[in-house]
Amino acid sequence: MILVTVGTQGPFDRLVRTVDAWAQQHPEWSCFAQIGAGEYEPTAMEFARTLDPNRFEELLQEARMVIAHAGMGTILKALELGKPVLVMPRRASLGEQRNEHQLATAEKLGGRGLVQVAMDEAELSERLAQIDTWVASKPIAESASPELLGALRAFFRQHLGEP
Amino acid sequence: MSPKVPRKKRILAVASGGGHWIQLMRLRPALEGYDVAFCSVHPEYQAQLPNHRVYTVHDSNASHKLGVLRTAWGIWRVLRKEKPDLVLSTGAAPGGLALFFAKRRGLPTVWIDSIANAEVLSLSGQKAGAYADLWLTQWPELAREGGPHYEGSVL
Repeated sequence: MILVTVGTQGPFDRLVRTVDAWAQQHPEWSCFAQIGAGEYEPTAMEFARTLDPNRFEELLQEARMVIAHAGMGTILKALELGKPVLVMPRRASLGEQRNEHQLATAEKLGGRGLVQVAMDEAELSERLAQIDTWVASKPIAESASPELLGALRAFFRQHLGEP
Repeated sequence: MSPKVPRKKRILAVASGGGHWIQLMRLRPALEGYDVAFCSVHPEYQAQLPNHRVYTVHDSNASHKLGVLRTAWGIWRVLRKEKPDLVLSTGAAPGGLALFFAKRRGLPTVWIDSIANAEVLSLSGQKAGAYADLWLTQWPELAREGGPHYEGSVL
């Protein structure tokens, strides 16, 4: 199963429509889409507008791959489970977000090889055409970097004493 | 008479939903040993942390003034009830408000700006600098001499 998710920041029809068009041609793949407040309703994918966090996690566990907006929550959860992730950033210039931070997220995490990135619908279609080549990465650690945890522990010790 | 046992030091950890919450969860090893209460915007999160107190406040962002007031009221009540010794947040608006109130009470505060802000600090993250004793960004490129500082990331 492929999990498609646009998060909670309003519609992202460009993503849903593009994956749905691909899904129509590929009945061998089952897809589940969380589409938020989108106007476009998928015809070849099961869908829900919202998912409560616990249901979302269940679907994520089941999914073989994840196609999502470039939201950090989805990305972190998918990487924790070692699922291959393809993101397409929401664009403020198209009214999909308040600022262009998803563009930066996609570029930086894509640059580190953590996620695959499709900048627009054309690139998304190209990636979908090569879906058989997507490989699962090793799951990331379940917690923050040792450096960040250490900095927090030091601050807590300084202000609160030993735990 | 039983000897008085000092209570464990208490941390209030605040995050709004989705990515902010997930980033906060990734900090939990650093919180071990303290008495930690959480505060977010979805009641469903309590199920993820059955052994902790999890408060829910109204979600808002700076563009909705009335919503911000409702969030502020919720945060103020949680602080009054919990009486934490330290307040920590990974954003966004609820966390910024929590740090603002915490600083007025003279409590130590920590702001970790979301890893989603790779090119500019979030609006709440910029404001939080005035109320955060430890003011962190997760991107070295955004670190400045007077803060925010870079000390690693949730990844």
